[in-house]
Amino acid sequence: MDITVNILLTIATAATPLLIAAIGELVVERSGVLNLGVEGMMIMGAVGGFGAGYLTGSPWIGLLAAIAMGAVFSLLFAVMTLSLATNQVATGLSLTLLGLGLSGMMGTSFVGQPGERLPNLYIPVLTDIPVVGRLLFGQDPIFYISIALTAAVMWFLFKTRTGLTLRSIGDSHTSAHALGIKVIRYRYLAVIFGGACAGLAGGHLSLVYTPQWVENMTAGRGWIALALVVFASWRPWRVLAGAYIFGAVWIGQLHAQAFGIPVPSQLLSSLPYLATVVVLVLISRNKRLTMMNTPASLGQPFVPDR
Amino acid sequence: MSADHDGANLLEVRGLTKIFGTLTACDHIDLNIAKGEIHALLGENGAGKSTLVKMLFGSLEANSGEIFWNGEAVRITSPGMAKKLGIGMVFQHFSLFEALTAAENIALSLDDGSPISSIAAKARALSFSYGLPLDPDSLVGDLSVGERQRIEIIRCLLQTPQLIILDEPTSVLTPQEADKLFETLERLRSEGKSILYISHRLEEVKRICDRATVLRHGKVVGHCNPREETASSLARMMVGNEVKAVVRAPADGIETAQPLLEIRALSRKPATPFSIPLKNINLNVRAGEVIGIAGVAGNGQGEFFESVSGEVLQQDAASVRIRGKDAGALSITVRRLMGAAFVPEERLGHGAAPRMKLSENLLLSRHATDGKVFVGTGGAVKSGAVYAAAQRIIVAMDVRKSAPDPEAAALSGGNLQKFIVGRELDRSPAVMVVNQPTWGVDAGAAAHIRQALIELARSGSAVLVISQDLDELFEISDAIAVMHNGELSKPLPIAEATFEKIGLLMGGAEPGHAEHTLETA
Repeated sequence: MDITVNILLTIATAATPLLIAAIGELVVERSGVLNLGVEGMMIMGAVGGFGAGYLTGSPWIGLLAAIAMGAVFSLLFAVMTLSLATNQVATGLSLTLLGLGLSGMMGTSFVGQPGERLPNLYIPVLTDIPVVGRLLFGQDPIFYISIALTAAVMWFLFKTRTGLTLRSIGDSHTSAHALGIKVIRYRYLAVIFGGACAGLAGGHLSLVYTPQWVENMTAGRGWIALALVVFASWRPWRVLAGAYIFGAVWIGQLHAQAFGIPVPSQLLSSLPYLATVVVLVLISRNKRLTMMNTPASLGQPFVPDR
Repeated sequence: MSADHDGANLLEVRGLTKIFGTLTACDHIDLNIAKGEIHALLGENGAGKSTLVKMLFGSLEANSGEIFWNGEAVRITSPGMAKKLGIGMVFQHFSLFEALTAAENIALSLDDGSPISSIAAKARALSFSYGLPLDPDSLVGDLSVGERQRIEIIRCLLQTPQLIILDEPTSVLTPQEADKLFETLERLRSEGKSILYISHRLEEVKRICDRATVLRHGKVVGHCNPREETASSLARMMVGNEVKAVVRAPADGIETAQPLLEIRALSRKPATPFSIPLKNINLNVRAGEVIGIAGVAGNGQGEFFESVSGEVLQQDAASVRIRGKDAGALSITVRRLMGAAFVPEERLGHGAAPRMKLSENLLLSRHATDGKVFVGTGGAVKSGAVYAAAQRIIVAMDVRKSAPDPEAAALSGGNLQKFIVGRELDRSPAVMVVNQPTWGVDAGAAAHIRQALIELARSGSAVLVISQDLDELFEISDAIAVMHNGELSKPLPIAEATFEKIGLLMGGAEPGHAEHTLETA
């Protein structure tokens, strides 16, 4: 029983950074902006979070620093693509390259240093309930943030006027502009929100998952988060499902490899990607719903005609 | 223009000027709109009408000039500001969001923060009171163009504006839908609201408008009372000279002529959730005749054109036959080699490659059919011959341009259309299929294109014209069929066709016509 609980807890820990980064990117893409810089913003969050936690001794300050780092870094992307109307794909790619390089440079003195870990939640009595206690009341704080964030984004996008406005900009920025909606302002806020989420996701890696700094420690998670958004057809609960499927299969195949089952390890390592794609494609079969949820102006630079 | 403020003018515009690069789109425009009048703004495409209203609605900023609202000078810097003053606008190219519902679309343009559910109820009530029924929960992507326009109008009315600007509102409506719109406008006028009505349809301007301002090349060329003018005198003001009427010689001996284009039981599944399926379409176009296909936009005309041209291949090779041979599964180039020519609706991207020169665009569509003339040994392009041919077309169609061989995108829409139609006519094709031949083309050039299509038919070709412009179809067609919801009606010979009959068909008055088979009349 304890093993099952431990496995479930590691799955949640593996899925949390993916979920947070993907939810942030979902909001960005719903506003019609494609930011391929998630990996770069994440690694900047990781190095910023670790550094602030290490230097101040407080993982909580590290957490705030990770969020701020991602947000500030995304601002660079926002200025380029929104104010200067550069190509979003090229700008996003260079943001990732810049982030990977810059974080490596900033983190040279952190390599090998012990980091601060965010403590897990502990509520007397509740956390001590067998099995469900640790799953529900004994995880790290960012796990709870990730779930609350998903619910909040769902509510925001589909139940509030501001959310409706954001979706309308993603559907047609020219129509939105014609109605007098401030397209660029909304997109700035969306991109910064996405950056803050990516930074938080990076902070999870260096403050919870493995509380240390290793160069390139995001290891492609930013790209997985990006893919999750598309395969989840821009819907929050599907992003949640996708992140957890990925996490579950990832942890499962690690255990399978440890058991030494006679399957090539390369094949096992590719399983999480395959499984996530298959499941999300299956639940996105409804073409009409997918069409309705796809931001039609995604990736197109917007220049108001003045 | 009198500059005194007598209080009766809701809006007064003085010396409004807008310059794009070297082009003066609006040149010292003066315009007065009184309270409770329907004021027409007339002009050819490119005369500056859209630029002017965009400045009034705050989506463009004027370079110079003044705007007075109720006698007070105002600067309209954004659509939000225009709305606050009480100016509402119904756009020509709708500013709707396809992936959202009608109610959500309406909610987006209201700033009062009321919940979406109450907006749905308000919209429903208002739409029925104006006789424009609307289901607030339907997805815009699923609606016809006429229904979309209703959303635009309701959205505008919910803001209780004093001035409503309508940009070419009837170009997408059936005659019956247009009548309904006119009733709504007259009711609004009786409520004391002012309407700025932009149109190039002179008959309807004469019918509903109290005053008119005519623009030509960005300048005001006159004010008049349209009721005292004739359609041709208004046209003369807009164009600046007399427009030649199109002559349609009688088509003799058509009954016995060979069909050159045959459509047999053509069906097609919808390609996207928002597109229309084609249902069992049958049509013959014989040598020597022009068949027109009418219909409200978005009823499957685009899908039909794609299937006939070969942009989308058919499973059933016999569903499209060109000069007696099955062509349904053949590519555009092969269909061209069989003697067919196609002019799609979108000029930039379909009809022409925007960033390529006219001569290059000519080569692109005719390298296969005119290989011997344009391509030499070893595949080398004979650029001299291509250039000469392009110049021949430019002269024949009177294409106006700024350079000897400009990029397609550098031409105005109407001039590019003349070139594209001319490029196909130059081949004297046996079968010619044209989608919206004169959309956005000025009256003089439109008459030229229409005449050329008739003459092509009379010289022994089969011509199929898909158009939203009923006047155009009545001018050139020998028979008119109507497309509604992916189905095609039987062609009505022009002698029997009336606006009313065609209008009813456009609205879907003849739901099924399974009995309709190959014969045309």
